Amino acid sequence: MDIPKDRFYTKTHEWALPEGDTVLVGITDYAQDALGDVVYVELPEVGRKVEKGEAVAVVESVKTASDIYAPVAGEVVEVNAALEKTPELINQDPYGEGWIFRIRPAQMGDLDDLLDAAGYQEVLESEA
Amino acid sequence: MKKTPLYEAHLRHGGRMVEFAGYALPVQYTSIREEHLSVRRGAGLFDVSHMGEFLIRGPEALAFLQWATANDAAKLKVGRAQYSMLPNARGGVVDDIYLYRLAEEEYLMVVNAANIAKDLAHLQGLARGFQVELADVSEATALLALQGPKAAELLQGLTDTDLATKRKNDVWQAKVVGKPARLARTGYTGEDGFELFLAPEDAEAVFAALVEAGATPCGLGARDTLRLEAGFPLYGHELTDATNPLCTPWAWVVKREKPFFGKEAMLASTCRERLIGLVLEAGIPREGYPVRSGEERVGRVTSGGYSPLLEKGIALAYVEEGASEPFYVEVRGKPVGASLSPLPFVPLK
Repeated sequence: MDIPKDRFYTKTHEWALPEGDTVLVGITDYAQDALGDVVYVELPEVGRKVEKGEAVAVVESVKTASDIYAPVAGEVVEVNAALEKTPELINQDPYGEGWIFRIRPAQMGDLDDLLDAAGYQEVLESEA
Repeated sequence: MKKTPLYEAHLRHGGRMVEFAGYALPVQYTSIREEHLSVRRGAGLFDVSHMGEFLIRGPEALAFLQWATANDAAKLKVGRAQYSMLPNARGGVVDDIYLYRLAEEEYLMVVNAANIAKDLAHLQGLARGFQVELADVSEATALLALQGPKAAELLQGLTDTDLATKRKNDVWQAKVVGKPARLARTGYTGEDGFELFLAPEDAEAVFAALVEAGATPCGLGARDTLRLEAGFPLYGHELTDATNPLCTPWAWVVKREKPFFGKEAMLASTCRERLIGLVLEAGIPREGYPVRSGEERVGRVTSGGYSPLLEKGIALAYVEEGASEPFYVEVRGKPVGASLSPLPFVPLK
């Protein structure tokens, strides 16, 4: 499974990529593979204030529905509208075109509480 | 967990194994959507060895089956099959089944894997007083389903039967890649196709030959989306011990002109609910989601999922008798518009 080293991770299989004063959020390659064909994404409203760990979006595969949690507290400032027409982007490019929403964190320092690629790798190994 | 004779083959093909009715079976190999579409457009191959099989033999086999099943078993000629149900004493459904007449006094009943023990006990109870022999041959039977518009063409290259002479619901003895097989032109996908009853030791060779010939291995995920799109019931969801089949789209199975066990109770009860098909404007309905008519909750989804052909969420749902449009399905608490759909959800041959 691909785990890019340029970003942070959660135990619930989200990734968080800092870009300026915002953070892009998506799900990992492992998560998209486990879900299977993604067929629908319920996106949050722009402007919504979220707590760390709050369910912000829902990714539905043929098999099941899965909550996507905010990796840090903050405000949703953008959503990936392309997922409304092409939810399969999450399967095809989970770390790029398949991003789900962008958060402006209340405090950028909160990212330090997240896992790095090596830490996430350990999570996957402990689940296997 | 029990393994089917194809367990190793599933692992070799990258099957994602899950537990289903006590068996380890693949939910998918590559993608449920791709596997689904392979059955709608080509030929897909399923291991359904978990299904139960009972042999029913004896001079009163027909009389017994007429009593135990809701459809008219007397209509079955040797070499023919029919969909049927086992009614209970309250007019509910013990199981939905497929019945094959193999010989004058010999029938094969295929039952749901989760119901094998329940069905057997029920049938043994009813068999008292009939000159009939009931044998559970589930463990000695491997079952493959080859389904899709290209199924016949693909199978023709591997069998000695001229498949052009066989119709839907025919059952016959044949050879497939030299292995003895009981073939039936039946299935659970809404497509043309075949089911192959095999000795467990022959299952791998036949599975491998069919894949080699171009069949796409398909898992339980696609089996479920295909049957849902085709508007077929799944026991435990649309049909249960408490479901009166006369209140379902499968009421045609019940033949009122003949006596059968549970008939009086079934005819006496009135329908308080009916089963409908719904297509959602957005999102994916799942089992248990409430259904509303306007503001009022009138029912629940019994099977829901994604239709790869419609590219929409679809559901089978029970709603109160008399409930009318506009319908909504509550998806995570939010009402989503849902339009009534005829069954099947997609046009099928």
